[in-house]
Amino acid sequence: MLADKDRIFTNLYGLHDFGLKGALARGNWDGTKAILEKGRDWIINEMKASGLRGRGGAGFSTGMKWSFMPKQSDGRPHYLVVNADESEPGTCKDREIMRNDPHTLIEGCLIASFAMGAHAAYIYVRGEYIYERNRLQAAVDEAYEARLIGKDNIYGYPFDLYVHHGAGAYICGEETALLESLEGKKGMPRLKPPFPANMGLYGCPTTVNNVESIAVAPTILRRGAAWFSSIGRPNNVGTKLFSLAGHVNTPCVVEEAMSIPFRELVDKHGGGVRGGWDNLLGIIPGGASCPVIPAEQCADLIMDFDGTRAVKSSFGTAGVLVMDKSTDIIKAIARISAFFKHESCGQCTPCREGTGWMWRVVNRMAEGRAQKREIDMLLEVTTQIEGHTICALGDAAAWPVQGLIRHYRHVIEERIDQYAANPHPDPVAVAAE
Amino acid sequence: MAKIVVDGTEVDVPAEYTLLQACEAAGVEIPRFCFHERLSIAGNCRMCLVEVKGGPPKPTASCAMAVKDLRPGPNGEPPVVLTKSPMVKKAREGVMEFLLINHPLDCPICDQGGECDLQDQAMAYGADTSRFAENKRAVEDKYIGPLVRTSMNRCIQCTRCVRFSTEVAGVPDLGAIGRGEDMEITTYLEHAMRSEMQGNVADLCPVGALTHKPYQFHARPWELIKTESVDVMDAVGSNIRIDTRGREVMRILPRNNDVVNEEWISDKSRYVWDGLKVQRLDRPYVRKDGRLVAASWSEAFAAIAAKVKAAPATKLGAIVGDLASVEEVFALKTLIGKLGSANIDCRQDGAALDPALGRATYVFNPTIAGIDEADAILLVGTDPRHEASVLNARIRKRWRQGGLKLGLIGTKVDLTYPYEYLGAGPDSLSDLAGTGAFGEVLRKAQRPLIIVGQGALARPDGAAVLALAARVAVACGAVKDGWNGFAVLHTAAARVGALDVGAVPGVGGLDVAAMTAPGGLDVAFLLGADEVEIAPGAFVVYLGTHGDAGAHRADVILPGAAYPEKSGLYVNTEGRVQFANRAAFPPGEAREDWAILRALSDVLGQTLPFDNVLALRAQLVAAYPHLGHIDEAVAADPAALATLAQAGGTVDKAAFALPIDDFFLTNPIARASAVMAECSALRLAATAQAAE
Repeated sequence: MLADKDRIFTNLYGLHDFGLKGALARGNWDGTKAILEKGRDWIINEMKASGLRGRGGAGFSTGMKWSFMPKQSDGRPHYLVVNADESEPGTCKDREIMRNDPHTLIEGCLIASFAMGAHAAYIYVRGEYIYERNRLQAAVDEAYEARLIGKDNIYGYPFDLYVHHGAGAYICGEETALLESLEGKKGMPRLKPPFPANMGLYGCPTTVNNVESIAVAPTILRRGAAWFSSIGRPNNVGTKLFSLAGHVNTPCVVEEAMSIPFRELVDKHGGGVRGGWDNLLGIIPGGASCPVIPAEQCADLIMDFDGTRAVKSSFGTAGVLVMDKSTDIIKAIARISAFFKHESCGQCTPCREGTGWMWRVVNRMAEGRAQKREIDMLLEVTTQIEGHTICALGDAAAWPVQGLIRHYRHVIEERIDQYAANPHPDPVAVAAE
Repeated sequence: MAKIVVDGTEVDVPAEYTLLQACEAAGVEIPRFCFHERLSIAGNCRMCLVEVKGGPPKPTASCAMAVKDLRPGPNGEPPVVLTKSPMVKKAREGVMEFLLINHPLDCPICDQGGECDLQDQAMAYGADTSRFAENKRAVEDKYIGPLVRTSMNRCIQCTRCVRFSTEVAGVPDLGAIGRGEDMEITTYLEHAMRSEMQGNVADLCPVGALTHKPYQFHARPWELIKTESVDVMDAVGSNIRIDTRGREVMRILPRNNDVVNEEWISDKSRYVWDGLKVQRLDRPYVRKDGRLVAASWSEAFAAIAAKVKAAPATKLGAIVGDLASVEEVFALKTLIGKLGSANIDCRQDGAALDPALGRATYVFNPTIAGIDEADAILLVGTDPRHEASVLNARIRKRWRQGGLKLGLIGTKVDLTYPYEYLGAGPDSLSDLAGTGAFGEVLRKAQRPLIIVGQGALARPDGAAVLALAARVAVACGAVKDGWNGFAVLHTAAARVGALDVGAVPGVGGLDVAAMTAPGGLDVAFLLGADEVEIAPGAFVVYLGTHGDAGAHRADVILPGAAYPEKSGLYVNTEGRVQFANRAAFPPGEAREDWAILRALSDVLGQTLPFDNVLALRAQLVAAYPHLGHIDEAVAADPAALATLAQAGGTVDKAAFALPIDDFFLTNPIARASAVMAECSALRLAATAQAAE
């Protein structure tokens, strides 16, 4: 269990002042100047050494990502864009940061921008996050007033920070769609290459990072890469915000050490599974797009990138959805399918057509109104979507269904049998269909 | 250049090539829906997936990946692309299945059937049965104008139409609303598209979602005879394909020609064909007691002969219309010459263009493809969007590439790209030769281009304006070795050809204004000339195709052949000689124009020295050798411009007018077309609404 002294977000629950005064008292903005004086290369190397992996879901090394930005500007400005479009069902960690500890993020923006030669940064806040946006904007205003950021700030590094409000589309959390949306266009993912580090916002070199990745950076640099990498296990180091939702007794967001066993996480912070550990059906470990992990694999599950990968799932954003045995797993996955069908941008074929198809079939399976051969067909449809799309939403839509079939095929089959065994009146044929 | 191995074949291609282009260079065909050479890359249909060895373990969209973005092998081997591997086959079959699950499969009642990309590729990648047991998506059809019919159930959201209208046509009327499977292509407020090139979206549509409304349910592609021809609706000489069934022209489509029209044509070129079927002159008429009475050819010829014999040669004259091919102009000019008259003119609008000044003074010297190289363009008295839509799209294409400075003198119009407005009349043009700021822009440009429209020339001081424009061109270095940036933009398809064969008044001859004036002529021959009005008193012989202005004024009507009904040469505004094949036959007793002139010459006792069109063409080429260079724009000697620049003349202050009043109604065929009339009415309605 993570010791209190190792916590980065010390006001996660909003017990203290979220504003600048409180932030200063908690140690934010401490020694920022010294960090900046050590130079860009030191910051990036330290971030690489810390082993921080992007907290947005893909888990790509943050230091590495920063190092992709051109060292010298070719005349184009550089941009940092912070992805605060946190819309994945089950994930609600970034909003706690923006609500209660916004100055960690603002300081992180300044340091990260400095490390990448960016003089402007944008925070793209999810449309539904009104409260968080207001809090964040208030904190940004305070920082401007205190000349911590701005054109003539006390650090002598001209830097502007803009808070931008999205319009409530999940796809705008995809980094290139986010850039499109920020430019005022329809939020549709771009083709890669070119990657944002070459051609991002307004065609300029851009890095897109998750809120948490940026917000932990100042503390890592203050306390040193060695401290951060000493937490967790190799390749999965540091502290992490876990959100626990679903059938636990006390749903919460909590900062914990990486590689914490799942059982410890749920027992210590979630107050245990509703109805006891044996009542666990399965979990979705990292937001709705990750394949479900059945209860029997949860007992020894290590909550980190490698631990979840070992059970063919994904760590995602560590937004854990816990489901007890009262859950109709097919219905749950059907609901997730409906979400992805609704949020598909419609640009490329497999996702546009496939998400609707999957949703309809899973929906029928939830009733049992299907054929058993359709289970394999459905699995094949998911593989036809996965990896064939422009962005990862296609994959994200396919994985939950794949997880369902992998672990709960027997449930689907039982449901179909049950439906077939009971006499149902034929549905009245409707001519127009 | 970069090496790449495609299916075992190593090819050397430019590094910026996409994989799709590289595969084509290697002779491998890649299926595609959204990708189009002349539009931006969308990468959204996912049909062009290929496998890249050493890349990520998933297929790559070949239209969007550049060769230079691929990593070479560990020992520097060229990257390897597989297009026929099991992974690729499975990926494409998957995409095809997705495309088809919500596609209605109503091919038997679809106009696209038989020439549909989706149909063709489904033969290669489609499954025999559908596994999709749900209801198909239904999408409401949209109204997007009188020219393009929508059937949105069939749409596969490739967005080619959206990209065309935003990028090429410059009229962002189409867009996509909704997301996911609810995405729909629409004009949003269901108004008609406001582009004069909108028909191209139906060509671009890879399925039957957008089809040609005037052609709907008319024919099947396999019933049609396809004839390559040249368009005469404007002076661009767009290459077209005329599709006929039996004697009937069923539709007109563009042909690819990179140096002329790329693969676009204007709506007037495309949808004018219904005008070929109505208001046609299908037999000779002679005016008796004030009424036109049907007559036989010999009666008509006899009536003409009587009048010609009675009139003095100086009182005979001919006016050449805007749609005539070079052959018939040549025949007419020879006939008028044989009758002893020097009165012939091809400049119906009175434009001050004179072949005696040299060919460089009346053609689009830099050629249409040369627009791509220009870095500063000055438009004088012209609205290229409506005078030559396809050429305007070319200017827009150049503008989109960036680094182009544009100025316009004349009427302020919406050209779909921004320009600097320099003034309304010749004064502003004079300024450029002196102190004008845009003059400096032109002088600094490497390849300045000065486009002079008919609006600047068809006026009393036209000759002086032409000389002034030449002076500006010479002064700013637009005429130099390897670049002649002086360009005259014509509006009439026949004009350059007629000027080439010297269909202008000879020594002591009368020009259009003099011929149409009261007492100007005793006998006037109109070769499809409907834009002039001959003063009462003259005996008018109208040789043409439609019951339009000329036929109403005529005393004798000789029914001729419209452009799809004859083979002939046309010279476009850049001086490019192009051959139009005959696709259909003239109706009734109508004949090809040259043959009518030949027969008439016999009756008049001045037999023309050719018995067939080949002999006529041989004489034509013997007299004007450059007309033998088919598909070439023989460069004109730029020295003529230096001489022209010396010519003086005073210009008046009047603003340049626009030569085209209504884009859709510029010639007799268009005026007979119901489709063009509807487009014209819509245009007027749109303006009326704006004025309220």
